[in-house]
Amino acid sequence: MTGAPSETIKQTLDDPRLQLAIYAASGRLMDHRATAVDAGVLPEYQDLRTQANQIKKHTIENLDYYLEQLEANVVAHGGTVIFCRDGQEVADFVLGLAKKNGARLIVKSKSMTSEEIHFNERLEHHQLEAVETDLGEYILQLAHQRPYHIVAPALHMTRYDVADVFTQRLGVEKEVVPENQTKIARAVLRGKFLQADIGVTGANFLIADSGGVVVVENEGNARLSSSTPKIHIAVAGIEKLIPRAQDLAVFLDLLGRSATGQPLTVYTSFLSGPRRGDEVDGPDEFYLVLLDNGRTKLLTDPEKRQSLYCIRCGACLNHCPVYRKIGGHNYPWVYSGPIGALITPQFHDITENGWLPFASSLCGACAEVCPVKIEIPKLLLKLRSEVTEAKQKQGAEGLERLAFRMFAWIMSHPRIYLLAGRIGATLAPLVPPVGPLNKWASQRTLPRPAKQSFHQLWAARKRQ
Amino acid sequence: MTSRDQILADIRTALSRSQGQPPAPLAAPLLRGPRFDRNLYVQTFVQRFEKLAGKAFVVPDAAAVIPQLSSLLDGKRVVASNAPFLEACGITRLAQVQSGFTDRDALRDACAAADVGVTSADYALAETGTLVMLSSRQEARLVSLLPPVHVAIVPRSRILANLDELLSLLPKPAEQSSSMVLITGPSRTADIEQILVRGVHGPGEIYAVIVEA
Amino acid sequence: MKVSLFVTCIVDQVFPQVGIAMAEVLERLGYEIDFPPAQTCCGQPAFNSGYPKEACTVARHFLDVFRDSEYIVVPSGSCTSMITHHYEEIFKDDSKRLEETHRAAPRVWEFSRFLLEVAKAEDVGARYDGVVTYHDSCHALRELRIKNGPRRLLAKVQGLTLREMDVAEECCGFGGTFSIKFPEVSGAMARTKIESIRKTEAGAVVSIDSSCLMQLQGVIDRAGLPIRTMHLAEVLAFR
Repeated sequence: MTGAPSETIKQTLDDPRLQLAIYAASGRLMDHRATAVDAGVLPEYQDLRTQANQIKKHTIENLDYYLEQLEANVVAHGGTVIFCRDGQEVADFVLGLAKKNGARLIVKSKSMTSEEIHFNERLEHHQLEAVETDLGEYILQLAHQRPYHIVAPALHMTRYDVADVFTQRLGVEKEVVPENQTKIARAVLRGKFLQADIGVTGANFLIADSGGVVVVENEGNARLSSSTPKIHIAVAGIEKLIPRAQDLAVFLDLLGRSATGQPLTVYTSFLSGPRRGDEVDGPDEFYLVLLDNGRTKLLTDPEKRQSLYCIRCGACLNHCPVYRKIGGHNYPWVYSGPIGALITPQFHDITENGWLPFASSLCGACAEVCPVKIEIPKLLLKLRSEVTEAKQKQGAEGLERLAFRMFAWIMSHPRIYLLAGRIGATLAPLVPPVGPLNKWASQRTLPRPAKQSFHQLWAARKRQ
Repeated sequence: MTSRDQILADIRTALSRSQGQPPAPLAAPLLRGPRFDRNLYVQTFVQRFEKLAGKAFVVPDAAAVIPQLSSLLDGKRVVASNAPFLEACGITRLAQVQSGFTDRDALRDACAAADVGVTSADYALAETGTLVMLSSRQEARLVSLLPPVHVAIVPRSRILANLDELLSLLPKPAEQSSSMVLITGPSRTADIEQILVRGVHGPGEIYAVIVEA
Repeated sequence: MKVSLFVTCIVDQVFPQVGIAMAEVLERLGYEIDFPPAQTCCGQPAFNSGYPKEACTVARHFLDVFRDSEYIVVPSGSCTSMITHHYEEIFKDDSKRLEETHRAAPRVWEFSRFLLEVAKAEDVGARYDGVVTYHDSCHALRELRIKNGPRRLLAKVQGLTLREMDVAEECCGFGGTFSIKFPEVSGAMARTKIESIRKTEAGAVVSIDSSCLMQLQGVIDRAGLPIRTMHLAEVLAFR
């Protein structure tokens, strides 16, 4: 389909090692999730999903109110809120802050939002080093690659790939044992944590009534990034808000389980500003950067704004039969899988990304596991009609539209339909596989129309 | 127009809301009660903690703590937090234990060099085997984070059922402290070939001592 | 009692034996069969390809043809759910047709569900000697919540052994025009299913959707495997 990266998709499909890696990793995450949300383990699972959906709906529909409440509470606890329209404004802010403080080194914990705005690249040419500290993201940073999956960013790499990256970029002797590779990274990064001037984290949730950010992780790098440097910056999309700290009971019950099957991740940090009073450690300054970058655009459509409910658990990726075949790098943006297919054409040009809503069999597995009940297939269908409309305005894909106009005409005129059916049945053996038939035939034998349609068989039956 | 004002204005236009308009009502948070009897809290906590590859001990009183921990702490460089409970258990009197830090840099250097960090905990959550630590003068953040081994000594009375009960007790954790951390198991990653490795950045070994009396 | 058959365009033109089998089973249970000959299609191909207006034209025709039918029995989960779940969306700006949809939807029955919930027949007197496995078609499973029904019906077929594959709920990769727009991915998805089916050593894979079966059979034949695909109706019609 036009716009789709057919070549790289084929390459991914033809790579048995990669296919196994994607299938096994996502399969494992699927199994862990299933165990954690089983009716015997979490009987209230479906209720929690409904509640989470309702809380998100409410928050998104009153987003301005909660943003102002969040801001007031962050300020009350000694922090500062910076609203940014796009990645450039975020970079300008951080560069300004770094310059003011003579900062040279930034440690970063995992943040899809920062990937979205190419945070590290924007800072690169300003004598400011930003080091990723999540192990998978650190490896990717050294290898100059994009994340493959929201939760398992280096899914596509083998230990040998990691060994090569470490040898080339860190100058260490070749090491292929994952445990030892981890030790190498830990030692390097520990030095960075202790020297860093600024720590940047993402935020899984923003808590309006507390002026707090919640960061969940398994490694400890987010805790370190927000505790050792003197300055902590949390970067988050404006849609990450939930109204009350007590709403975390619902969301934390869902997030870890949906993502990796963990009832709680190893570390859940609830941070609300610089250190206070006689707290011994913690940062002196806290900044919360709230990013728009197109989210306000998605707010405008009442049906599609639920795309903003996403809590980035990755469950939809794990369950998507398409993602499990084509992997994360065949999606054009940092967000892959069903959620990526849903939001990319909304954030960016719809015709350029028009293939994404069609890269789905609409099987519905994603909607079934989404903890906040985003109706992904329904919205993908809506996007499909928006894509065809946009293409019509551009004067493209005229042939397809004509084909479906004919389809509608034939299917609403029974005699024409029956005639068309019989013509098709007669001609089918003579038609060489071209166009769509060729596409089908590249993978499967072609079905043949029956010599007699049901209409004909039934009529014959009645005559007997 | 500042970015702030632009963003808020765009949001209001998209939602057809006006400035200062109150939000629609939202149902009160639904917090779950405990799933089992309070008598089972200690047992459940120990079970869940150990399922996460932690090691938990239950001791009858403060005096029994040190004997329980001697093999862990002997010959090691230990940093202890300033929690009064640790003093009550005699931890701070041990020769190898450094404690009483009030200076951020000194604390950090000590933790970076330490083999073991000993803390108390503000709460523990039985259902998930979780330790809850609020940053304060008594409990610095880095003691449970920098050293490769973390030991938490907790009086039984601080064990709660679950996160819901914690949030019922602390509806606004931000009012207590700039940092509340829920610790559920040792630091881990599966980023390389989905193989589980412990102790990536945080402690790879965690111990909990529950003191009954 | 009379039931109307909506055989669906794919059964009509490519797998008419499925329609005949369905009629035979219903007649065996004492139903009189009505087949409105003006029927064509539910409109799903246009709807799924992003042409709701064109789908609307076809959907209107469906409502007209089946206006007077009390029971509309359909040998397809996806066509059934198109009518019962998606006509709502297609007619959202047409209150008259929306009302017709609300009246028609409760009368549309996927075949296995009709047998179990209306005919209340779990044993239809079928006999099929062999090992089969069952494929859960996506719309049936997730939109209509059909999971156990067909399995209960298969359990009552004398001589039949049902062996579950490990990925019964995974999509076969058809997805309508998806199979043509992304043929390599579609093929890869089907091959994953076929591999799982092979592991069961079943001689046949059964489903309630002919489109899935068409996709699977295409890949099976390309691979030269001795597995047949059968619609549930065909199995139940066996004596």
